[in-house]
Amino acid sequence: MIPFDYAPASDTDSAVATVTARPGAAFLGGGTNLVDHMKLGIASPDLLVDVTRLPLDAVEELPDGGLRIGATVRNSDLAANPLLRSRYPLLSHALLAGASGQLRNAATTAGNLLQRTRCSYFQDVTTPCNKREPGSGCAAIGGWNRYHAVLGASEHCIAVHPSDMAVAMSAADAVVTVLGEEGERRVPLGEFYRLPGDTPQYDTNLAHGELITSVELPPLPAGARSGYRKVRDRASFAFALVSAAAVLVTDGGHVREARIAFGGLAHKPWRATHAEEALRGAVLGEEAFRLAADAELRYGQPLPGNAFKIPMARNALAALLRELAFVEERR
Amino acid sequence: MESHLTLRVDGEARSLTVDTRTTLLDALRDRLSVTSPKKGCDHGQCGACTVLLDGRRVLSCLILAVAHDGAQVTTAAGLAPEDGELHPLQRAFLDHDGFQCGYCTPGQICSAAGMLDEASAGHPSLVTPVADGDGRSDGHVRRGPAALGDDEIRERMSGNLCRCGAYVNIVAAIREVSAQ
Repeated sequence: MIPFDYAPASDTDSAVATVTARPGAAFLGGGTNLVDHMKLGIASPDLLVDVTRLPLDAVEELPDGGLRIGATVRNSDLAANPLLRSRYPLLSHALLAGASGQLRNAATTAGNLLQRTRCSYFQDVTTPCNKREPGSGCAAIGGWNRYHAVLGASEHCIAVHPSDMAVAMSAADAVVTVLGEEGERRVPLGEFYRLPGDTPQYDTNLAHGELITSVELPPLPAGARSGYRKVRDRASFAFALVSAAAVLVTDGGHVREARIAFGGLAHKPWRATHAEEALRGAVLGEEAFRLAADAELRYGQPLPGNAFKIPMARNALAALLRELAFVEERR
Repeated sequence: MESHLTLRVDGEARSLTVDTRTTLLDALRDRLSVTSPKKGCDHGQCGACTVLLDGRRVLSCLILAVAHDGAQVTTAAGLAPEDGELHPLQRAFLDHDGFQCGYCTPGQICSAAGMLDEASAGHPSLVTPVADGDGRSDGHVRRGPAALGDDEIRERMSGNLCRCGAYVNIVAAIREVSAQ
């Protein structure tokens, strides 16, 4: 680890100004991903501006019934928040499906959004990786790619985004509030992340020095049920092979509206707009659920190591929709 | 860059000067000779370094000491109410043989202590049934402490690995304390 300076932020404006002015500076939240990256040699900031003592740790009710989640709210506190649990079951479930109790006590909302891929080649500085070292190549293509992308990947990078929380936030139409030197801007989650293309070193559309201050959730539609389903290699404390988040509004035996996002399939939470379109007005049932999944997954381009993700994602989404549509009270 | 800080470790104020790169785990073990928290993976994947930081269980290997000047740190060695006594979790781990080599044990015990407090405060886990603790629209959540079943204990303790495989007895030890 290279030496670095440490400075607790006194206010958001000066934190933004400090990091913007210094190319090697980074914000420090819970540190659960960044400190590990500094140990591994993936990140080498020369200044850490600690934002955890800024007054960004509240969960507030918005006038329209939505919620504003402060950037430094810890994942465990957010998952346990009574308003979040009653209004956004998909998000509480996704948070609790991620990491471990100790990590959730430290990890922040903004840090969760900004965590980086767990691609084993990205995390191993002895191997080529275009995300870590642009132009060096991609060891995952043709390598061990069981965990990698089947949608939206490029010839330069097939990494997936690891967050569970972000997948639920995508289905919930979350909006990220970002503070930069020019002031504040609001970025819908759908425009927050990038596909890898030929610049996989950039995970998001944030500029250096921009600081996430909150995430806003609009109210879910009246009568909506929502949930999250995660499939992984062990029962707990593992990243997703595949996950699905859904918001479902039904009307009689039909789907009135569905919002769906997949995790584990792409470089970003994958909002499944083709599946949503296929479900609109459909008769509730196994056939519609599977057709909807296929409407999205037919664009999949699996590799030899991860072709199982296509049927796995189809089954995960169908099971989740079945649960939301037909099971009286889901866990 | 060096930084001066004070930590309250197991009830005792300890001042030290650290390089900013020092994790809380290394500050405790290498600088303050507090060797109860163990270095397992050093990457947040095993839980052996778990301590209570201002009352909450965290992984001390992923926390920079410099960011926690003034914090209260409790290790497994500092859980007992008085010298010569054992904390109920320590007693239960002995009674149930909740370890083999013992390397993960301080982390297991700290994690269990933090976990039981979380459960008492009404924090849900992935396996908590909605009906048992879901928020109502008025923001009310039913609070614990309900005794935890084995599924709850396993899920809530999943961040602590035991490569000897003493899980069955670890769960039994925690179940006994949870029911008290």
